Parts: sequence; C-alpha cells; structure tokens
Amino acid sequence: MADADRPTNPGFETLAVHAGASPDPATGARSTPIYQTTAYVFDDVDHAASLFNLQTYGYIYSRLTNPTVSVLEERVAALEGGRGAICVASGHAAQVLAFFTFMEPGDHFVAANKLYGGSITQFGRSFRKFGWEATLVDPDEPENFRRAITPRTKAIFVESLANPGGSVVDLEAVATIAHDAGLLFIVDNTMASPYLCRPFAWGADLVVHSTTKFLSGHGNAMGGAVIDSGKVDWAKSAKFKALTEPEPAYHGLRFYETFGDLAFTVHGHAVGLRDLGATMAPLNAFLTITGIETLALRMERHVANALAVAQHLESHPAVAWVSHAGLRSSPYHALARKYLPKGSGPVFTFGLKGGYDAGVKLVENVNLFSHLANVGDTRSLILHPASTTHRQLDEAQQRAAGAGPEVVRLSVGIETVADLIADLDRALAAIGR
Amino acid sequence: MGEPLNHDSYSDDYLRGILRSVRTIAMVGASPYWNRPSYFAMKYLQAKGFRVIPVNPSAGASEILGEKVYSSLAEIPEAIDMVDVFRRSEEAPAIVDAAIAKGAKVVWMQIGVRNDAAARKAEAAGLEVVMNRCPKIEYSRLCGELGWSGVNTGIITAKRRRL
Repeated sequence: MADADRPTNPGFETLAVHAGASPDPATGARSTPIYQTTAYVFDDVDHAASLFNLQTYGYIYSRLTNPTVSVLEERVAALEGGRGAICVASGHAAQVLAFFTFMEPGDHFVAANKLYGGSITQFGRSFRKFGWEATLVDPDEPENFRRAITPRTKAIFVESLANPGGSVVDLEAVATIAHDAGLLFIVDNTMASPYLCRPFAWGADLVVHSTTKFLSGHGNAMGGAVIDSGKVDWAKSAKFKALTEPEPAYHGLRFYETFGDLAFTVHGHAVGLRDLGATMAPLNAFLTITGIETLALRMERHVANALAVAQHLESHPAVAWVSHAGLRSSPYHALARKYLPKGSGPVFTFGLKGGYDAGVKLVENVNLFSHLANVGDTRSLILHPASTTHRQLDEAQQRAAGAGPEVVRLSVGIETVADLIADLDRALAAIGR
Repeated sequence: MGEPLNHDSYSDDYLRGILRSVRTIAMVGASPYWNRPSYFAMKYLQAKGFRVIPVNPSAGASEILGEKVYSSLAEIPEAIDMVDVFRRSEEAPAIVDAAIAKGAKVVWMQIGVRNDAAARKAEAAGLEVVMNRCPKIEYSRLCGELGWSGVNTGIITAKRRRL
C-alpha cells in the first residue's frame, strides 16, 4: 500500500473538523472566533523583546500571525500531512512566498507548462522583475524537467492535477528527478485538494494551495497556503542560504539551526509575511476553516457529479473531446488511478466541434452554470479560457496550457447532477441555432 | 521492566509526563548569546516556570538570564530533576554519567543529539530519556502555543488545551 493510500490517524474527516481548533483558550468558544484585531498587547518590555527575537510564541501584529489564521494554518498542514503552514492572501501570494524563501536574483526553476494561466503569467512576467527565471516544460514526459535544470535551478514546480487541462503529473517520477539534483519539489495541490491527492507521500517538499477553491469551497473567501513537509535538509547544499545563513534582520539568527524542521514555517511568517505583507484576512480564515469541515463530503459529491457530466458530454454530438482523467479515454487515466484514487477531480475541460465561437455561445447560454473565473465552488461554474483567463497568452501558449480556442472548462458543483446535465444539453442545443 | 522505549517516536503522554514532573533543569551547553538556540530554550522554559541552571565551562559569563553558570553538573549545589543536553552526541555518555551521579531523573538530548548507548545506560540507572527533541518545542506543542506559529501540533482535542 502506498503511503498516500494509508489512512491518517486520526482520519482525514476528523482532522478536517478538529485539527488546529481545540476550544478557544481565552473563552472556551467551540467555533473558532474571528480575531478581528491588528495588534496584541505585550505583558511587559521583556515579553515584547522575547516576541520580537522569536524566543517565545505569541502574537505581535496580524500581518505576521493572527489566532484565527493560525487555526487554519494548522488545519491545512494537518490535512496535507505537513509540519507547518503559512496562510496568505491568495494562491498567487502563496507562490510568491514559497519562492521568495529560497530564490535569489538570477536563480531559476523549472515548471510544468500545464498550469493555471495566471501562474504562467506570474512566472513568466512578474517573477522576472525579481530576477527569477522559469523554464516551462511539458510535464507528460518527466525527463523534460531534468533536461531543463541549470546550475542556478532551485526547484521544480507542478500542479498535481492541472488547471484547466485535467492532466495528471507523474509526481513520484518528477520528485526523483528533483531530489537527484538537490532541488525542491513544489506541488500545487489546489485542483485535487488533500482529500484526493497527498503530494507529500509522493515526495513533494512544499505544497501550495489557492484555498479560495475546494478548501474554502463556497466561492466566498480568498486565500492561499504554503505547507512545508518538514523533511527538507536545508543545510545539505548551499542552495538554501536564507534558512541556513545568519539573518541580519534578526541579529544573525540562523533559522534552520534554531528552529530545525520548523525553520521554513517560522521564516515564512517572520520574514516572508513581514516583508511581503500578503496577509490573509481573519474573516477569510474563518470562512475557510468552516468550509474545510465538509471538504470530504463535498469532494465525494463533486467528483461523482463531474464524472457523470464528463461521461455524458463524451457522447454528445457537439463535443469533439472530453479531457477528464476519470474517463478510460484519458491518457492520464492510469496516473489518476495512482495519484487520485478517490476521484479525478471536479474540474475538467472539453472541446467543442464549433471552436471559439461555439465556446462563447455555450457560456452565454447556460442558466444553472455560472459564467465566471473561479473553480471549487459548491455551485457549478463554466469558463471559456481562451476568451478570459488565458486571453493574455498567444494561441500556441493557450494550446500548450490545454486552453485552446475550442476549450471549455467546467468546475462541477454539488447540485443535482440531472439538472446540470439538462442545463448543458439545452445550451449545447442552442449553439447550432 | 517492560518493552524498551522506542526512541524514534515518543508518545505525547510520555513527554507530557516528563514536562509535568520536572521543575529544575540543568542545561549543559547553555550559551550567554541571545541569538543561540540554547538561550531561546532557556528563556522560554524560565517563562513557563522552570528553574533552569546553566552549565558551561567556557561560557565566558558568570550569569545567563539571571542564573549563575556552573562549569559542571557536580558543582551545582541543589538537586536537579532533568539534564538538558545542548552538546554533540559524542559527549552524551560523560554527561549521562554525571547526570546519574547527580541524581537527575531525566536526561533530555536536544534536536540532532542522539546516543543510544548513553540512553541505555541512563535507563538502566532508572532515568527517563528523550533524544533528538527540544523541550521548548515539545512543551509549546503540547500546550498548543506552537500552533500559533502555523505548526501542525498533531493534537486533536475538544477540551481546552493545557500542557
């Protein structure tokens, strides 16, 4: 039995409800309170000094840590089986913070080219302003990652289940390539959620999330998370100096020596959030904590509905192809059975025989599906990437990302599945008219 | 004697039992420099009500955090419950011998410090042993404070947290 299939102890559903959220220490409140405060009083000057020196645990200022956000951090860390987590304002902020910890100007990483379009733009354009270079490769052939490694490469980045193409990366093979070269293996597990995929069991070192999606689950709270496995030996090479060398702003403290396997998590707050400032709001943390409590229940229904919709579309005359790793026709079916044993995800794409124009017509003719740029809502969502999220890319980039002109993306919700199929059938019939 | 203790994985009850019973800790290898890990641990444990007595023959200071520095465990005039080892693994056997002679009940070796032969000797003399852990981190994990930093404490409970 692979590690990823082993039940956690306590079980996943128990962690989803309880991890990080014992009764509030101040009041005994059973639901996690929203600590809507910017700052926290010091007991005395010595206590303040201990806090600023990172010598004791406690809250100083909510840009760094907040009691509501901390509960969510512990919960996502527990669900992923990690050592600790840093929650931030969005999934994009999570990516900035993760790379910020170890990248210097001139450093390089290799990423899959099948990624959320916003990530391709972030890596290819804004990261360059920090002097961080990314090479994007086709993840279907894991050796592509090895071939793109340079002496300045620090990490390999993939999405476990790619948005929007529905492709599945061979995580174990890519992890081996990363570790052979002494690189970090970073997995964006947003589309699968920890309920469907456990990247740390397959060799990931860091997991990033847009918690806005299935973790919060209700389309009402922005957020991101970086989770550390706690397994990285940061001192093994000279690549990760931010954690091994003296930190001038903390008078020469060395994070790895002082905090051991907590080093990444402590650094992410004490340096990452301190200087990047991409803090998660306590209200969003509260909504996400509440959403996670039903993650397992929602994901079961999401994946069952999505597979039924995908199977229906596959036989529809207006549909050219359906890319859902749960279908036998998918080239990713075997990988999905290995890495996503409980279901291949609620988000998938399909191609319309009528091309770009048909895609535009479909999104404008559905009634129950919401036409918007998000995934991972209880509600079913529809998007035509070429005219929206991926419109900044040229057609070659769109196709490489699985978002060509004829492509429509669905994020299937937890409504009655017959209603979803009827809505799509009616809108597909309208394309021809 | 029951099963030998598995030093790769301690139960929360075992660690909690030690931290609840111990009051006076001799910290071998305590540093007078505020940005050293031992100083962090000493300061935190003091704040939690432990008496921490620094032991360091080359500290270059007579006091650390208000406590007189001794150059050996034997020199400490009062009784010691636990010896906390901030020294390399090779030095553990000599420290264990001194801890047994001093009548300590626990030998705790810090993260990265592990010496199984020294541990067996201490256990044979009736002492409890923890290796490759930090009492500051374990105390804060068990009482819930470590979660304030986003760390997965592994504690699931519907009761209010205390050590």
